[in-house]
This record gives sequence, C-alpha cells and structure tokens, in this order.
Amino acid sequence: MISSSPSILSPSRSDALLRATLRGCAAVAGLILVFIFLFLLSAAWPVLREAGPWRFVTDAAWHPAEGLYQLLPMVAGTLYCAAGALLLAVPLGVLSAVFLRFYAPRPLAVVYRRLVELLAGIPSVVYGFWGLVVLVPLIAAWQAPGTSLLAGVWVLALMILPTVALTADAALGAVPRDTLRAAAALGLGRWSTVWRIALPAARAGVLAGVVLAAGRALGETMAVLMVTGNVVAVPDSVFAPLRTLAANIALEMAYAMDLHRAALFVSGLVLAGLVAGLMLLAARLSGESAHASA
Amino acid sequence: MPARNYLSRDTAAAALVWSAAVVVAALFVWLTGDIVWRGAAYLTWDFLTAAPQDAGRAGGIGPILVSTLLLLAVCLAVALPLGLGTALLLAEFTVEDTAFARAVRRSLDILAGIPSIVFGLFGYVFFVQVLGLGFSILAGGLTLACMVLPLLIRACEAGLRAVPHEYRQACAALGLSRGAALRRVLLPAAVPGLLAGAVLGVGRALAETAALIYTSGYVDRLPSSLLDSGRALSIHIFDLSMNVPGGDRLAYGAALVLMLLLLIINATSAWLSRRWSQGRIVSV
Repeated sequence: MISSSPSILSPSRSDALLRATLRGCAAVAGLILVFIFLFLLSAAWPVLREAGPWRFVTDAAWHPAEGLYQLLPMVAGTLYCAAGALLLAVPLGVLSAVFLRFYAPRPLAVVYRRLVELLAGIPSVVYGFWGLVVLVPLIAAWQAPGTSLLAGVWVLALMILPTVALTADAALGAVPRDTLRAAAALGLGRWSTVWRIALPAARAGVLAGVVLAAGRALGETMAVLMVTGNVVAVPDSVFAPLRTLAANIALEMAYAMDLHRAALFVSGLVLAGLVAGLMLLAARLSGESAHASA
Repeated sequence: MPARNYLSRDTAAAALVWSAAVVVAALFVWLTGDIVWRGAAYLTWDFLTAAPQDAGRAGGIGPILVSTLLLLAVCLAVALPLGLGTALLLAEFTVEDTAFARAVRRSLDILAGIPSIVFGLFGYVFFVQVLGLGFSILAGGLTLACMVLPLLIRACEAGLRAVPHEYRQACAALGLSRGAALRRVLLPAAVPGLLAGAVLGVGRALAETAALIYTSGYVDRLPSSLLDSGRALSIHIFDLSMNVPGGDRLAYGAALVLMLLLLIINATSAWLSRRWSQGRIVSV
C-alpha cells in the first residue's frame, strides 16, 4: 500500500491517469461475474417466460424436446455425487493433514505434502479418463454396468481430497504454538491434543476447505460425465448410473435448440447459484478464521 | 486404568492416521503409475509432432499442442494485464477498504468458484454468439481468461503485498510519482511472485476441458489463425476416451503429456514463489 495522500506527495498527472486505468481494470474484472449472470439469465429467459420456473420441479420428466423440464433427478444426481465424495474425502483429507502436522517424521511429511500437491495438479479429465478405463471395468466386474454413482463418487473424492487436505494442513499449521505446548504441558497424549485442541482451534479453516471442496464437487463436469453413465434418473443404489446438472449441460448443448437450449441455461444458473452461495459461505468462514488467529 | 485407556486410544488413533495416509498414497501411486506405465511408450518426438489420424486412433498430437499453446497465449495476453491492473489497484492504490474494492474482491471470490461448465456457457453466449467470434481459439482463450482471472489477481496481490513497506516509504521520500515507484521499484521487486501467479494461471487453464468444448471446439487440424477452431489437449483426451472406440491407447499418451506439462508448470510456480520468499528474508 502506498499510503501517502496523492494530493500532497504525488501531484503528477500521469498518476491520475494510471489510477483511472487501474480502476478500469478492476471494474472489468469485477463485472465479469455480473456479466455471467446477466447473459445466462438472458439466454434462459425464453423458457422461464414460456414455462415459468415451477415447471422445472413439477414436470413429469426431463424431455425438453417435448416441453418437459424436470430438473430434480439431475439435482439429486449432483447432490448424491458431491455428498458421497465429501463423505470419503473429508475424513481422509483431514486425517492426511493431521498426519502431516502431528504424526509424520519431518522428511516423510515433506514428501507426503509434495505428493498431495501433485494430486491437486492432476487435471480433471485425467481423473475421468483413469476412472473410465480402470475403475469402471473394475466395478462392472462386480456389478454391471460399472458406470455408476460409485464410480462418480470415487473419482470425485480423489479430485477434492487434495483441496481438503491442503486447506486443513494450512489451518492446523496456523494453530498457535503456545496452545499446543500448553496441551503437552498438561500431559495430553498426541491424539487428545489433535482431537480436543488442534482440530477445534482450526475448525473454521478446515470447514472453509470443505466448503471449497463441495463447490468443486458440485461443479465438476468432465470427470463425472465420463464415469457416471449419464442416465437421467434418481439413482436407487450406488451401482446405478445417474446424470449431474453439469454433465447434462455438456452433453446436450451440442444439439439443443430453442427452448431446450434455454432450459440448459436454467440448469447452468441453478448450478452457478448453488456454488456462488457456497463460495460466499467459504469466504465468510475463512474471514472468521483470519479474525480468530489474529 | 485411565492411563492405559489413553495409551490404547492413542495407539488406535495413530494406526488410523497412518492408514489414511497410506490409502491416499496408494491411490496416488495407482493413478499416476497406471498413466505413466501405459503412456510412456508414446512419449516420442513423432507422437508430439505428428498430426492425429483416423480420429486420433493413430498419429500424434502435434496440431493439438499448437492449439493448446495458442489458447494459453490468448488467455495470458488478456488475463495478465487485466489481472495485474486489478491487483495493483487492490494492493497499492486502495488506501482503505473502500466499498469499490470490497465489491470487486467479493465478486472475484465468487468468480473463483463458478464451475467451468458455466464459464463455457457464458463464453458460448458472449464470445461465440454476441461478439460473433464463432468456435475459435480466440473465444476459447477469452473464456479461459475470465476463468483464471481470480487466481491470477490473488497471486499478484500476494506478490505485491510481500514487497517490504520500506521500499514504498523510500520511494515517497525520494519524491517519486506512484507510477515511477511502481515501474522502477515495486514491480521489479514483486516479479517472482507475479510470475508464480502467471504460471499457476497457465496450469489452471491447461487443465481445463469443460469451458472449451463450446467455445474453442473440437477441430483437430492445425489452426491457421486465432479465428479457427482448435482442439485443446484435455479435450483430445476426453474425445479419444469417450467418442472414439479404440482411442484409449493414444489417450494414455496424451494424458501423460498433459500431466508432465502440468508437473513442470506447477514445479516452476512453486520454485518461483519459494525463491521469492527466500529473497525477501535477505532483503528485509
């Protein structure tokens, strides 16, 4: 921060120009989000005007060519996949972070952290590809057809695990040293320190990571599309195929026309709204953790 | 008795933590091992330079690498100035937390979480249709630019904030204008941090698939201009494994290339930011 007041210390005209340019940049960057919502809404408007928003939850099925726009099976598919992935990734991720901070010998911790960072850098299409050629046949050998909720959950869990682990690791690292020393002085064991002291102290940061991971899980398109079979139905078992909102957009945009296309933009809006809410929650949570550690 | 209870619970907890770590490591080795093992055979000069034949079942990924690089170039050319400008305003020119700065920050926080397929929809409506760019590398690159912008701004802001405050006071004491202080002192000092951010943005853009399907398209020929459609490497992997029966073998090769590229990029970014934080310790 250049803290001097411009009127006294920098009377230069070029500074005023620079400032205006930078404000312009920031305005454009800030407006992108507004643009996204405006353009999605305008593209979705025809179907919202024609059919109204309620048809998306009351219609008999998703047959957009015949004017039926039931989105709930895909909302359910999205939520099932994301919830299942969180159920696997949160315990594994948090335990990984605990391992890094409290259990691993130093050299091993360095290697393990690098490994999790590598995992975070693998692109989603590679996760999807691996799921398709390795996991799906494996599941199919057990219970056909293989492309299923289970495969989606598995792939997604692997994808979001690094997010959970790395944010939890950072949050645990921010727990004040003195707190941990005090726990040791009280004679608490390692696990009691972790469970009763460190994790509660790092709660806000860990939660923010979980919310971020949830946002990623809800919005992931390609990896899920490749392994879940894309049948529009509420899955009745972990071996049943399903279709998520994001996959639905990617699959049908190629040939959708008119109202059908507009309906896809409605599902895009639903998805963006869901995730935007989650992001605001994560920002609030990490803001709280910043206050707590300050 | 209670002491023994604690002891056995501690042992059980340690076993739990270690086994979680082993599971994660094993899954990682399984995934990367599989890709490396089956993709290594394709890591040849021919594969990297030849054009794909028979819908990708044979040949290489030459034109696809070119398209990918062009997409990244467009993305960076737009996102870098815009991101740096915004970061400069947020880090250097906003004396207090003004309403404008708060609104921009909040908007970028949300933008960072918007799913890539939604960026794809937006890019399709705005760049492809409204601006009339068609399915093109330009439209795809611009969509990617919107997507990496929050990441880039956050990294640039961190880089600028890490420059010691004394530098700014010294500049002010010397009577430098803010523009001169930025150009001569602050930006050069923040360069490693800015580079690390840019490299991170490239990595994110390189890994992207969903935002590109309906903006830059599928065409696997060598693009002759930025207004041609071009196929990114990640889309090539997707297409080979989903739409081309028998495309799996070469998809392994493409997946390995993509993973190696990202590995190099992420390592570069990590190295840059480490170097920069070391440099900081010396200069303070």
